[in-house]
Amino acid sequence: MNPTELANQASATAQRALELAQQARMMAEAHVAPVAAAADPFLFLLTIFLLACFVGYYVVWNVTPALHSPLMGVTNAISSVIVVGAILATGLGESLAAQVFGFFAAMLAAVNIFGGFIVTRRMLAMFQTKKKG
Amino acid sequence: MAATFSTLAYLVAAVLFILALRGLSHPTTSRRGNLFGMVGMGIAILATLLRPGMGGGGVGLIILALAIGGGVGAYIASRIQMTALPQLVAAFHSLVGMSAVFVAAAAFYAPESFGIGHAGAIHGGSLVEMSLGLAIGAITFSGSVIAFAKLQALMSGAPIIFKGQHWLNLGLGVLLLALIIGFVASGSAALFWLIAILAFALGFLLIIPIGGADMPVVVSMLNSYSGWAAAGIGFTLGNLLLIVTGALVGASGAILSYIMCKGMNRSIINVLLGGFGTDSGGAAAAGAGTADRAPVKAGSPEDAAYIMKNAQKIIVVPGYGMAVAQAQQVLREMGDLLKKEGATVEYAIHPVAGRMPGHMNVLLAEANVPYEDVKELEEINPEFAEADVAYVIGANDVTNPAAKTDKSSAIYGMPILDVEKAKTVFFVKRGMSSGYAGVDNELFFRPNTMMLFGDAKKVTQEIVQALQK
Repeated sequence: MNPTELANQASATAQRALELAQQARMMAEAHVAPVAAAADPFLFLLTIFLLACFVGYYVVWNVTPALHSPLMGVTNAISSVIVVGAILATGLGESLAAQVFGFFAAMLAAVNIFGGFIVTRRMLAMFQTKKKG
Repeated sequence: MAATFSTLAYLVAAVLFILALRGLSHPTTSRRGNLFGMVGMGIAILATLLRPGMGGGGVGLIILALAIGGGVGAYIASRIQMTALPQLVAAFHSLVGMSAVFVAAAAFYAPESFGIGHAGAIHGGSLVEMSLGLAIGAITFSGSVIAFAKLQALMSGAPIIFKGQHWLNLGLGVLLLALIIGFVASGSAALFWLIAILAFALGFLLIIPIGGADMPVVVSMLNSYSGWAAAGIGFTLGNLLLIVTGALVGASGAILSYIMCKGMNRSIINVLLGGFGTDSGGAAAAGAGTADRAPVKAGSPEDAAYIMKNAQKIIVVPGYGMAVAQAQQVLREMGDLLKKEGATVEYAIHPVAGRMPGHMNVLLAEANVPYEDVKELEEINPEFAEADVAYVIGANDVTNPAAKTDKSSAIYGMPILDVEKAKTVFFVKRGMSSGYAGVDNELFFRPNTMMLFGDAKKVTQEIVQALQK
C-alpha cells in the first residue's frame, strides 16, 4: 500500500471518528446531568485530540519536501484559529479585562492569519508559474 | 440549536484545514489547499461571530482588531523578500504564542464566557489546561522572538553558552511545574502571571544556546509548540476546532523537526542543548591535519565557464550562502545558458540547506527554476558519479566527505551530498573558513576540486558573462 492511500484512508477514518465523537458529545450534553458534564467532555476532547494527531502525522508525511516552507506558512496561519477564543472573550464581554485581552489576542492572531495565508500564496504561486515553462 | 450550528461549522473548518495540508502533497494541488485553509478560517470566524450573546459593541471591537491585525499582516506578507522568510515565520510564531497567552488571560478573567466556571472558582481541570496553554504559549513567544533576532541578525547567530546553563533551565522547568500545581490548587491571579513570566524566561533561555545553522530545527520546533499551545487553549475552552488544528500543527512541526534532525544525524536533545560548532577541540585537530595536504587549487570564473561549457551534466548544490548573497536569479541565468549549450542542469537540495525547511526550494522557485530540476538528497546522490561538474554555491558541511569516513568528525554520520564523485567540483566561497560545524572540508584539497573565491553572486555573474562570450 502506498503512503498516499494510507494517508487518505487515515484521514477519512479520522474524519469519521471526529463526526462520531461530535455526535457522542452532543448526546452526552443532552442526557448527562450538568455536574457530570464537566468530566465527560474532557474524554471526548482527548479522543478528538489524539485522532487529530494521527491525521496530522499521516497527512504531513505526505507533504513533498519541496513544499516544506509553504507547509510552515499554512500551519502558521491555521494555528491562529486561536482567534476563535479571542472573539468569544471580546464579543461576550463578561469583564473589561477579558475584553482587553481578547482584543489584543484577536489583533495578533489576525496578523498571522492574513500574513500566513498571503505569504503561503506567494510561495505557491512561484512553484506554479514555472510549471508552464 | 445555535450551539450545534457553530460546532458543525467548526467541524467543517477542521476538515478544510486537513484538506489544506493534504493539498501540499504536490505543487499542482497546493494552491487549492491554501484556499481551503482560508475558507476554513473564514467559516470559523463567522460561526463564532454568529454565536448567541455576541453584543454589538463587542462585535465592533472584534472587527476593529481583525482589521488592524489583518492589515498589518497583509502588508508585511505581501512585501517581504523571500530570503527573509525564516525570520518572518519565526515572528509569526511569536504572535501565535502571545495570542495564546492573551486568550488564556481572558479565559482566566471571564470564565463565564467559556462555560468553565466563575471568576475565582474555575474548574480544576480547566485550570490545568489553561496553565499548559499559557506556559507553552509564553515559551513559544519568547523563544520565537530570540529565533527571529538571530535570523534577522539583530543578535549574533553564535550560540550563547554559560556555565550551569542546563541546570538553570532544568531548575526553572521544575519551578514552572510547581507553580502550575500551586495555580491549579489556588486559582490565584498572582500565580497565573508568575507562570507567564517564568515561561517567557524559559523560552528565552532555551533558544539562546542554539546556533544559527540549527535554526531549521528551532523554527520547526516552535511551529510545533505554537500548535500545542493552541490545543491547550482548545482544551481550556472546550473548543473542538482549536484542538484539532492544534494537533495538526503540533504534529506537523514535530515531523519537520524530526526530518531536520535526521538531515544532520543529530538527536533533537543534542540540538536543543545547543553549543554546536563551538567545540574548538575538533576544529584544532582538523586544522593540524591540513598541514601535510596538497595546496588548494583556485580558479577564475572564466576557467569555470570554459569547463562547464564542455560539460554534459551539471549539478548545482545551493546552500545558505546563496541566500545571503541573493544569487538565485543569476544562478538560474547560468543554468539557462548551460542548457542552451546542451547540458542537463539539476539542483541538489540537502534537507537542512538554508535556515528553514524547504528554504532553498522556495528561493529557486522564486528565480523560476523548474520544479522538475530540483532534486532531494536521496534522488540526486546516485547521479553525482555521472556528473561532469558539481557547482557548490554557499554550501559547505553538507558536502563534506568526512561525514562518511572520519569517525572523530563532529558531523560524522550526517547524510551528505556526494559531490566529490563528480568529475570536477567548483566551490564558490568567500574564503577558506570552515563551515558552521567548525570542521575543515577535505574536499577543498582534492585534485578534482577548484575553488572559486569571491561573493557567490559576483562569481556566478562573471561565469554568466564568460558563457555569453
